[in-house]
Amino acid sequence: MSLTVVLIFVGVCALLGYRIISAVPPLLHTPLMSGMNALSGITLLVALASLKTSGAVSLLACTAVVLAAINVVGGYWVTDRMLRMYKRGSGKETEK
Amino acid sequence: MTHYLVNFLLPALITAGFLYGIRLMQTPHTALRGNRIGALCMLVAVLLVLWQYGLFGRPMVWAALITGSLIGLRMAQRVKTIQMPQMVALFNGLGGAASAVVILACLNLLVTETWWFGWLVSALALAVGSITFSGSLVASLKLEGWITSKPMFFRGQTFLVRWMLYSTGALAVLAVIDKSPVALYAVVACSLLYGVLLALRVGGPDMPVIISFLNSLSGVAASISGIALGNLLAAGVGALVGVAGMILTQIMCRAMNRDLLSVLRGFKDYAGSPETDNTQAAVSGDASSEASARLTADDIPRLLREAHKVLIVPGYGMALSQAQQAVKDLMDALEKGGKEVKVAVHPVAGRMPGHMHVLLAEVGVDYDQLFDMAKINHEFAETDVVVAVGACDVMNPAAASTEGTPISGMPILKVSEAKAVIVCNLNEKPGYSGVENTLYREGHVIPLWGDASETVPEITAALTQQG
Repeated sequence: MSLTVVLIFVGVCALLGYRIISAVPPLLHTPLMSGMNALSGITLLVALASLKTSGAVSLLACTAVVLAAINVVGGYWVTDRMLRMYKRGSGKETEK
Repeated sequence: MTHYLVNFLLPALITAGFLYGIRLMQTPHTALRGNRIGALCMLVAVLLVLWQYGLFGRPMVWAALITGSLIGLRMAQRVKTIQMPQMVALFNGLGGAASAVVILACLNLLVTETWWFGWLVSALALAVGSITFSGSLVASLKLEGWITSKPMFFRGQTFLVRWMLYSTGALAVLAVIDKSPVALYAVVACSLLYGVLLALRVGGPDMPVIISFLNSLSGVAASISGIALGNLLAAGVGALVGVAGMILTQIMCRAMNRDLLSVLRGFKDYAGSPETDNTQAAVSGDASSEASARLTADDIPRLLREAHKVLIVPGYGMALSQAQQAVKDLMDALEKGGKEVKVAVHPVAGRMPGHMHVLLAEVGVDYDQLFDMAKINHEFAETDVVVAVGACDVMNPAAASTEGTPISGMPILKVSEAKAVIVCNLNEKPGYSGVENTLYREGHVIPLWGDASETVPEITAALTQQG
């Protein structure tokens, strides 16, 4: 993968991300942040890939896999737990 | 062709999936689905990498993956909602650490005699990853209360922090020019120390800013490690996280009327808060109290009975005294009496962006009733009763009337405009900023000092007895 392609891809992601993330309301900022947090564990992919690459120190690479996996699984689970708590309509029924 | 498919098209598709997931996070009723789509995309991405590099048959890989997943799962299941900020901070740190460690693991691949770019990205990823790790760890410990949540200052600290940052930069440059691995290790050491010093100086209410910032850094670290090792997906998605963190940092800074640099420099103000202009504030407070007779706790049943519109203002104190359920009960009782009840949330009311929303959602408060400062601030004037629970600085009129204090210029909830205000705070001591709350002296404000988990039910009881 040429470096230019990677850098362009990074730029496109940042721009699209900016547009989409700006529209997330404060109500959902905590779940957004913890979801993004889980997403930052994407290094997991790099860590896994490096396990195959010759020359990489596999003990270190395994450590990275463990750390990133905690980040990914924990992050998504905690976000899920939080979002399940958001609900609407409990008060609505009495009004009607 | 397959090469193109695996290396470009599939990562691009998976990224699109992540983006779609985040888009669903824009509304509360689709957010859960959005998060699950994100998790699914992550699973697909991991399987793709495992398949691409033929790692399915490696026990070590599975051992590492399963160990990490189980630890993450256990942590996520056990955490309480009030601990969410430190949990997020801790996960941030782990993400940063993973990015730095992966670079260390691949160092002999990245740093070759000829390729200066490899040295540059290695140095950057190591520095950002290490700062994220140590900074997040300290922030997490501070939030958990293992380290004092007050900003810590010692002699020569400013000098040391600045010196650490400069030397990290200088060492990174040295590593690139000199191609010296020793310099790279020194970068790690300096960055780790810098992260610790940086986070130590930031105090409780500024935590939303620093956590958002570290969140951003963890993404940047992942992105750089992706760029370094030619992983398109990690590079792009990391950038996404970096941008998200930056947006939240910006929002938090604006809500406190500060800029990021002043946050990172630390708040000396808190250590030695300048004298507030008490006389001036006191005069304005007395004027209103003399005009009408001072309200007392005895008036509460009458006030609530006659009220049509009640606003609740929660603060971090509500979380500390675990009064969320009591607040929810009060809201239910008020609604039963046919009153309009809304919750007004200041952007920096908790310890992370959106913290109050999660705490109230946990006890079943309808998210339609939660309103942000910008949307609700004009409604205070037409409000009969405000019930503030554990909030202080976010509604301190001194933010507008005084200068040179940590909260000067910070936009506040205009609580004082309401006809009556009931304050359920622990005591009359100033909030975290150290600035005396002039609101307490106004005639239409009824302070109920004490643990909010006891005082709020008292209000509810007063209301139900009358009704």
